[in-house]
Amino acid sequence: MKKKFILGFGGLMLTTVLAFGQATIMPAKPQAGPVVITGATIHVGNGKVINNGYIAFDKGKITAVGEGSAPNTTGATIVNASGKQVYPGFICPVTSLGLVEFESIRATDDETETGEMNPHVRSLIAFNTDSKVIPTVRSNGVLLAQPTPQGGTISGQSSVMMLDGWNWEDAAYKKDIAVHLTWPVVRNGRGRRGGFGTGAAGQESPAERAQKAIDAIVSLFAEAKAYAQAKPAITNARLGSMAGLFNGSKKLFITADGAKEIIQAVNFGKQMGVQVVIVGGKDSYLVTDVLKDNNVPVVIRETQALPDKDEDDVYLPYKLPHLLQQAGVLYGLTGTGFWRQRNLPFEAGQAVGYGLSKEQALSMITLNNAKILGIDKTTGTLETGKDANLFISAGDALDMVTLDVENAYIQGKSISLDNLHKQLYKRYSEKYSLK
Amino acid sequence: MKKILLACFALLLARQSFSQETYPVNGSWDVRSGQYAFTNANIVVSAGQTINNGTLIIKDGYIESVASGSSVPKGYVTVDLKGKYIYPGLIDAYTTYGMPEAPRQAGGFGGFGRAAVPVSTKPGPYGWNEAIRPDVMAVKMFHVNPTRAEELKRNGFGAVQALVQDGIARGTSAVLTLASASDNEVLVKDEVAAHYSFSKGTAATNYPSSLMGSIALLRQTYYDAAWYKTQKKEYNISLSEFNRTQTLPQIFEVSDVQSILRADKIAKEFGKQYIYKTDGQEYQRIDAIKALNASFIIPLSFPAAFDVEDALDARNVGYAQLKNWELAPTNPAALEKAGIRFVLTSNGLTNARDFWTNLRTAITNGLSEKQALMSLTEIPAQILGVSDKVGTLTKGKLANFIITSGTLFKADNVIYENWVQGQKFVVSKMDVSDLRGTYTLSGSGLANTTLIIGGTPGAYTANINRTGTDSTRTQGTIVRAGDLVSLYFDLKNKPSGNIRLNGYITSTAPLALRGTGTLPDGGSVSWTATYTGAAPAGGRGGRGPGAAAGADQTAKAPVVGPLVYPFSAFGNTEVPKTETTLFKNATVWTNEKEGILQNADVLIEGGKIKAVGKNLAAGGAKVVDATGKHITAGIIDEHSHIAASNGINEGTQSVTSEVRIADVIDAEDVNIYRQLAGGVTTSHILHGSANAIGGQTQLIKLRWGVMPEQMKFAGSDGFIKFALGENVTQKNRTQSFGDANVRFPQSRMGVEQVYVDAFTRAKEYKAVRAVKGSTTRRDLELDALVEILDAKRFITCHSYVQSEINMLMHVADSMGFKINTFTHILEGYKVADKMKARKIAGSTFSDWWAYKYEVAEAIPYNGKLMHEVGVVTGFNSDDAEMARRLNQEAAKAITYGKLSEEDALKLVTLNPAKMLHIDSKVGSLKPGKDADVVVWSANPLSIYAVVEKTYVDGVPYWDYAKDAEKQKAMKADAGRIVQKMIESKGRGAATQRPAFQRPRLYECESVEDAAYVIADDYNGMNKQVSAKNHQ
Repeated sequence: MKKKFILGFGGLMLTTVLAFGQATIMPAKPQAGPVVITGATIHVGNGKVINNGYIAFDKGKITAVGEGSAPNTTGATIVNASGKQVYPGFICPVTSLGLVEFESIRATDDETETGEMNPHVRSLIAFNTDSKVIPTVRSNGVLLAQPTPQGGTISGQSSVMMLDGWNWEDAAYKKDIAVHLTWPVVRNGRGRRGGFGTGAAGQESPAERAQKAIDAIVSLFAEAKAYAQAKPAITNARLGSMAGLFNGSKKLFITADGAKEIIQAVNFGKQMGVQVVIVGGKDSYLVTDVLKDNNVPVVIRETQALPDKDEDDVYLPYKLPHLLQQAGVLYGLTGTGFWRQRNLPFEAGQAVGYGLSKEQALSMITLNNAKILGIDKTTGTLETGKDANLFISAGDALDMVTLDVENAYIQGKSISLDNLHKQLYKRYSEKYSLK
Repeated sequence: MKKILLACFALLLARQSFSQETYPVNGSWDVRSGQYAFTNANIVVSAGQTINNGTLIIKDGYIESVASGSSVPKGYVTVDLKGKYIYPGLIDAYTTYGMPEAPRQAGGFGGFGRAAVPVSTKPGPYGWNEAIRPDVMAVKMFHVNPTRAEELKRNGFGAVQALVQDGIARGTSAVLTLASASDNEVLVKDEVAAHYSFSKGTAATNYPSSLMGSIALLRQTYYDAAWYKTQKKEYNISLSEFNRTQTLPQIFEVSDVQSILRADKIAKEFGKQYIYKTDGQEYQRIDAIKALNASFIIPLSFPAAFDVEDALDARNVGYAQLKNWELAPTNPAALEKAGIRFVLTSNGLTNARDFWTNLRTAITNGLSEKQALMSLTEIPAQILGVSDKVGTLTKGKLANFIITSGTLFKADNVIYENWVQGQKFVVSKMDVSDLRGTYTLSGSGLANTTLIIGGTPGAYTANINRTGTDSTRTQGTIVRAGDLVSLYFDLKNKPSGNIRLNGYITSTAPLALRGTGTLPDGGSVSWTATYTGAAPAGGRGGRGPGAAAGADQTAKAPVVGPLVYPFSAFGNTEVPKTETTLFKNATVWTNEKEGILQNADVLIEGGKIKAVGKNLAAGGAKVVDATGKHITAGIIDEHSHIAASNGINEGTQSVTSEVRIADVIDAEDVNIYRQLAGGVTTSHILHGSANAIGGQTQLIKLRWGVMPEQMKFAGSDGFIKFALGENVTQKNRTQSFGDANVRFPQSRMGVEQVYVDAFTRAKEYKAVRAVKGSTTRRDLELDALVEILDAKRFITCHSYVQSEINMLMHVADSMGFKINTFTHILEGYKVADKMKARKIAGSTFSDWWAYKYEVAEAIPYNGKLMHEVGVVTGFNSDDAEMARRLNQEAAKAITYGKLSEEDALKLVTLNPAKMLHIDSKVGSLKPGKDADVVVWSANPLSIYAVVEKTYVDGVPYWDYAKDAEKQKAMKADAGRIVQKMIESKGRGAATQRPAFQRPRLYECESVEDAAYVIADDYNGMNKQVSAKNHQ
């Protein structure tokens, strides 16, 4: 098994193969010289595939991509990837990766602030670069993530982070890109006694309750918009933090699954003049017109999920990406939680059996996610001038049978692919004298 | 206050001579003999006998005679009922009439802020569990309730069975009349039946918190009661009363068909025959119901239509809900047609006024009038053992009868009077004349005006038409009180404003009204109305309830959609059958020494695999071209929690080996179908992991559409769930859990002692039971442990960290039992050598970790390492979603550890079969094994593989192509019912708001946060969102 580990560490890495423990999984040093990967099948991320291709990068940027042999390899480190696959680094939006270490232990869960309206809290500074979970996720090709606050109505702001770094400062890829809002849902909970709510007459109905919550959001945004035009004498951190929504520098991610909630959320964004992204979007396939007309993309949460309703097509979550593809809606994908994001490539691959092409599935977690996060100018595809965020897999990276990440680069830095799990595997392989 | 009022009320009534002799009287005695003769009536003595033009004579509250002719002895008040009908008073066989208001249910186990109540705190030498209350006697608790009695009497009821609807063993009921009299006077029979249910009701005792716990508790109570008779050490009122009430009819309140069958299993075990009070869905499985040979008490409470005009909201109404809305009214007819003995009850109606509407709806849907009458009179009287007192109109019975305008079930029939024990109750004044008709109005300003009186006697409607130059039509309001009439209407024009007329009936033949009135301007008017003919049928006059019912009556029996099996989305109209099939030219993963065969065939016949190999002859088999496809054995999930009803954990005690998943299999869970669509054919349904020794498990095959018993994997060994870790020690619970954290154990140290203690007790129990003639009490909990000691039941133990796994292996060694499987076993890789030495299998997750502290070192290489060391290794789901992708989970042993593809597939097929001792029947494609076969579009381990067909025992339960047709048919059927609902709403039917309830999905950790109470509560309580928190 040693061979695998050496491969995993990659050519430029100062290897410490036999040392164990998280503490020795070092953040990578900046790219020292040009690198050219040759002989690979290159999945550009925008649908194109280059067979027997090369990709060159220097100082963190892609300098050349093409078919055949690389034009200029002088002074470059050559990585022979013959028979292997090169992909843009996967991008994981809307996740708690880096914010939570153990789900059930409150002290390790740092993704939720108290209160309903917290547009001013930022996930950026809570991002734990030393999480033991992160190396297990990037080992499967996920190189960028959007750690996102949860809870309340407005949970806070998110940033895009690189999954390698000494601290949040140098791991930040793009700071404070979005505000996160959960759209109120009409909860028609049935009463315990079959069909009749326990609420006394005169108590507000679930619809009224939801409308009140929506009204609160609308007035907060209206005030924030006014605040952004001319700041009053008294500073308000919440209102101030929302300015970017109105000048287009930040997006509004709205969690909404039901068809009605999605329509409401999109219309709300239109009224407020903010760029909306729908997160979840279970019913998005029913309201594709409103999404398309308003250029609102959807971040699908999991394909590997059960349908909501007994009557739904048993494969509906598998088919959702294709339904949006057919309708011409921009869609991205995230998985669930934090540690499970290492399955992001498989969540994407899941849609292939149900209508998407493999390259469309790849785009879903590379270019599409980059577009949705507003980072597609610098990443999301393997194109000249973009950041060298990419990895080499021995086989098809969307399939469990073949995924095998051998080298990975973030802004040209060759990152460690070691992790706690590989180390424990090694430790117990030793115990049982397994080869 | 209420009591005082009632007492005064009673005093005002003259006593009849059957009254209480021992009671003192305030003032002069006022005893009347209540002698009445009802003449010229059509007397319906019973459903089978009617006397036309007969006379009913009553005295002292009893029937003195029923005969044709009209001879009346002297001294009787004569009531002429020419043209009218007399029926026996109806009997409601299931009510809480007169019972004290039940307190709200107490909590289940460990609910937030609730105290732990391990044993009963009720004073007195009662049994340990408050849900067993056979000592309750309705006869000692009831109190006449005139308001409620009036409600029932309006519907024609004269007598009821009254019970306390609380607990698992609920004590005895009484039969009472609804007379406004003293408690002593209305009692018909003191102890009528003993009552049961699966719902713990208000019992504060933590146990049981699940349906399987309720079943276990009831079974144990039967055993305890039998033992109680043989011993003298213990004094226990509960057991004594339980025994005493066994000779009465036994009535069991259940909910749906599956729930009826669960109760029936208990009946068979203990030689009982229950009468079932149900929620009225027997039509869904009428054959199975008929086979029980039981009597039923069924409700007339049909579901209200949903508001489905908003298409997006309507999506929240489930297909099963739609179908039940349409088909529930056919339930009484279905029972009648099947020849099942049943009675109808108004129990469960949210509005008593719906009783007759619903009864007529049932008749429109095929229930015969004769059966309806029998089910409301004679049959309840028989079932309750009061045929000598009520049910028919014969001499000597109680004078309980109703007087009606026509035949009872006719839409425009009016119940005039309801006599109970010879006491008159007026439902609708028995007018000498019916005012309905067309009249000419006359009076100042009323020229050319016609009055049409329609509706029903008791609820007349008025329409006023004025012809000529100022022609107008308007609706008025007419009220009749005896001979007095008041009428008002607004002609809108000349004059506008209300004209209010008061008057009286001046003549009945022909009908004529006259009186005075007030005009809008305050002026007065004299008026008359003269009858000119009948009211036009179906005119605008027909807006009253009578008219609505009339419309229904003219309707033909409604067209209803087909039944589906199971009664759920994706149910089949017919359960598919096994097919002899030859799959040609596939890649066949045999899981045998032949390995993976290219371009090979598989032949299945008679539910078994007949042959695997190249170029097999088709014979008569259906040939499926499987070129480019892959064929594997069906997937086996060692750890599943689907298809179980009402709770997966009975975590209220540390040892609950008496509870059985076998008792609560839910064959209607749509996840069965979804998992077939993921290639799963066999699932091991486990108790949860809330306690050290959980419940007995059940192995099922995913036969979609059969009954729960038929889902069980025949001839398989019994297993039981044990659990280690944080769930057992309750350490991962939030701090707000209050004083619930007192259940032992709260540490891994305590867990060891729980096992040692349980098996020590089991050994001692086994020893004393082995002595010939031993009278040792049979203990279901210890029975299961003895089975483990005897290697007749096998352990699958939920486990995480190496320390506790090691501990349990040592406990097993020292106590002399074996661990069969460690399930989840996330640190199995650390103790794989010790497991191998003891031949313990490991069933784990592929890649789960970090969801709680004890999985801090769970690694995706676990499966590979255990496999390499030589442990029989499998991957399980513990999750309804993951279960349908177990093939992909298996593939992760390739991602992490490069296991061979063949071995990877075995992780979810052959290896779990070995762990479950069923590898001689399933798990590989070998001739003679069950034809549990999956056809995949690609390499089954690949993310790109789609399940095209899944066969269980050769039956094609999943077919991707046919699923599309099924969806289409389901959508069309649902669409049709929605249209019907909208029409029904247009006719003024009651509606309810659609409210989506996400189905409850169980995982190990799922603990009911509330004990379910009565059958009605099941749905509401179990359909909650379950967080994905694998434990």
